[in-house]
Amino acid sequence: MKHLKKALALTTLAIAVNANAQTELTVYTAVEAEDLAKYAERFNEDHPDIKINWVRDSTGVVTARLLAEKQNSRADVVWGLAGTSLLLLKNEGMLVPYAPKGLEELSPKFRDSDETPSWVGMDAWMAAICVNTIEAERNNLPMPASWQDLAKPVYQGHVVMPNPNSSGTGFLDVSAWLQLMGEDKGWTFMDGLHENISRYTHSGSKPCKMAASGETTIGVSFAFRGARLKEQGAPLELVFPTEGLGWEVEATAIVDGTDKMEAAQTLVDWSITRQAMEMYNEGYAIVGMPGVAQPVEHFPENAGELIIDNDFGWAASNREAILSEWARRYDGKSEAK
Amino acid sequence: MPEYDPGKHSMIDSQVLSTPATRNWPALVELRRKFAGRWVFSLLLVTGCAILTLLVLAPLYTLLSKSVENRAGEFVGLENFAHYLSSGGIESAFFNSLWVAGLSTLVVVFLAFMAAWALTRTRLPFTGWIRGVLVLPILAPSLLPAISLVYLFGNQGVLKDWLFGAEIYGPIGIIMGSCFWTFPHALMILLTAMDNADGRHYEAATALKAGPWRTFWTVTVPGARYGLVSAAFVVFTLVITDFGVPKVIGGQFDVLATDIYKQVIGQQKFEMGAVVSVLLLLPAMLAFIADRYVQRKQSASFTARSVPYKPSQDRKRDAVGALMLTPTLVFIFAIIGMAIYASFVTFWPYNLDLSLNNYQFGRMDGGGWGAYGNSLQMALGTMVIGTILVFFNAWLMERTPQPRFLTGLFQFLSLLPLAVPGLVLGLSYIFFFNHPDNPINGIYGTLFILMLCTITHFYAVSHLTAVTALKQLDQEFEAVGESLNASRWRVLFTVTLPLCLPAILDVALYLFVNAMTTVSAVVFLYGHDSQLASVAVLNMDEAGDIAPAAAMAILITATCAVAKLIQGLLRFWVDRSTRPWRQGTE
Repeated sequence: MKHLKKALALTTLAIAVNANAQTELTVYTAVEAEDLAKYAERFNEDHPDIKINWVRDSTGVVTARLLAEKQNSRADVVWGLAGTSLLLLKNEGMLVPYAPKGLEELSPKFRDSDETPSWVGMDAWMAAICVNTIEAERNNLPMPASWQDLAKPVYQGHVVMPNPNSSGTGFLDVSAWLQLMGEDKGWTFMDGLHENISRYTHSGSKPCKMAASGETTIGVSFAFRGARLKEQGAPLELVFPTEGLGWEVEATAIVDGTDKMEAAQTLVDWSITRQAMEMYNEGYAIVGMPGVAQPVEHFPENAGELIIDNDFGWAASNREAILSEWARRYDGKSEAK
Repeated sequence: MPEYDPGKHSMIDSQVLSTPATRNWPALVELRRKFAGRWVFSLLLVTGCAILTLLVLAPLYTLLSKSVENRAGEFVGLENFAHYLSSGGIESAFFNSLWVAGLSTLVVVFLAFMAAWALTRTRLPFTGWIRGVLVLPILAPSLLPAISLVYLFGNQGVLKDWLFGAEIYGPIGIIMGSCFWTFPHALMILLTAMDNADGRHYEAATALKAGPWRTFWTVTVPGARYGLVSAAFVVFTLVITDFGVPKVIGGQFDVLATDIYKQVIGQQKFEMGAVVSVLLLLPAMLAFIADRYVQRKQSASFTARSVPYKPSQDRKRDAVGALMLTPTLVFIFAIIGMAIYASFVTFWPYNLDLSLNNYQFGRMDGGGWGAYGNSLQMALGTMVIGTILVFFNAWLMERTPQPRFLTGLFQFLSLLPLAVPGLVLGLSYIFFFNHPDNPINGIYGTLFILMLCTITHFYAVSHLTAVTALKQLDQEFEAVGESLNASRWRVLFTVTLPLCLPAILDVALYLFVNAMTTVSAVVFLYGHDSQLASVAVLNMDEAGDIAPAAAMAILITATCAVAKLIQGLLRFWVDRSTRPWRQGTE
């Protein structure tokens, strides 16, 4: 009996040690593939006992996949997904509320507003206009400075933007315009803009890519993509309109049903540490912890002041109505150009 | 073949089934005699149906049933449909889909038939190589034509003027892209239908002094009728369900498939995605019924008494054949060539210096070589499992006595995947195979489920190819076998399989290359250790690394080309070793 107990205890210990040494977390993410290795490496410097197994895809695909897997979730943690997507998952009861260490240091915009937040923010990606300088010169187009500029007749046929019905970036722009200008003026602005749009794309990074390759002169997209393309040698100028920029938080959350709660919490804890924030800052100008962000190349220095006071609650609850109004106004006219 | 009645076997079946056997003892004995051994085949086909139900019908049901539910999962009848139809722009998507798919079908079937005719009815040299080039589009990931079309006809495109001011982004781009990638599908079916022609028909036509034109219309076209209808059905359905091409190059031209993308990926509305999927099934169903209708009239064209057709010497006809192949070959070379060029360009269109940088696969995202290895494994598995499954089931359906309703059911199940967009299939697989009550949910996230999903996704065309090949063999092979006391199994292994080896090799290659290049369904199913190269290509393109993406796509294409080469050699060897034997039946 004694021996048996001893053996049992030993086995348990062995399993525990083993589990500790080998915990593997399945982490779903929409973070750029090139950054994933870096994120895991930095995390493992502090927590070598937890191995991250990434499953990466675009925001829409990851969100759809998480929702479809709802009955039998495969992900332990979501690290790096749009706030609106996480809100959707939260409303479906798929996230475990958890207050990570150091929560109080996050800016209030970068956490779920519940007392025990369901998600905590990492960084923000923000809207930007990608202008191809060579094509702008060729077509004699002045450099736009504001959103209103884009609605001017001079840009007719030279602007591409994402369709908000298929792209989160597109919705972010539309919701920002409505918040900035008010509903009536916002729609009037979009009516004018629509006259200049040569096409709406399905992906948020496509307009900037099209601008980079000269397929269009002006692409309404987001800053991160523009900065990366510029680094690759694209003749782009990034314009950050003076009225203000729509933005979206990228965040971390624990998925309900995980059987590795401890490791999951460790990861979420780490995701809002100062080291993590400095790591996000290497690619993003705005991060969740105030005072950390250093200027990033190709981004404006005052990025934090340019973004609008985004009311995510308003955007989420009006999303459906905004999208169907948008579709009613602009979607049917596909061949009108 | 006046003595052959294609409906004979099935008619016997239905008579037997409708005989009131209970009161009539001799009839019962007769029935038992007839069914002795038969039930094994029926049981096997029932198993085949069950497997396909598991792979297609059950997953689809879990997703499509959401079309009559609200978000919370309550039954709401047709409310979603009403909502969808009332939210403008839908009619346009539906009719856009119809006319774009219809026009693409016309173009592709026309071109593919011309090509198949030139390859099988003339004595052009290098037909092996030409066949190889003509199937190139199927070896390439869908991103290749997308990049090429933009580089050729986009705003910075080298051939922009050829469109006379029209835009490549829109119906023109969709039709061009669709024609490119669906052409090999049509060609494969038509070649199978036309490869085994009966030389006696042509001899008869010559004896009756029919000119080449008349022979073409009275012998060649009727002989390929079934293939033509099948090809049209396949192309139409492929185009209407594809969202890759319209998404990349369709601009804002709305089609049903991109509508599913908008609903599911853009807004996470599964129930609305399901509604559009159901709408998308309607035209595909119609095409299916039309196909079935024509297929009933199909009879074997290659009988036990057939003489393989050998085209006679005719320079003029060969020249016509070469002329018919030219536009297609030029188009294919232009697209592939542009993509290869794109993979070397430093930064299109502003820095056209050529460099090998993009081929440094070490710096690739999305799994790099690991993903490539996974893709290879997945493709090989798909090929082996899929070919066996497809061919065995097709054999059961075509070459063994089966009750008619069973073959009908099986035909329906095996063609259904064609009408399902990859996106819808992938999501269905999550809902079905990831369900906690599903006893085999352990396979979720493994390479195995990727294989199953890919086999399912490409089942229909493989099935059609196998069936077309099997149909061309005379039923008398089995009858003769029976009289010689050889079982159907023995006929299968000694006659049917060797005769069908070319088609089997085609199916194997088809499954392999599609598994290498597919994206739409597997994007929802890969796990952390089963990333795929084709998905990596998309991710790199999305990140703006267009040239490395093109390079990885070229690597995939090259791999598929090697597979094609191996398959070509095998085919050559098979042809050579069976031809004397086939000619021995004279």
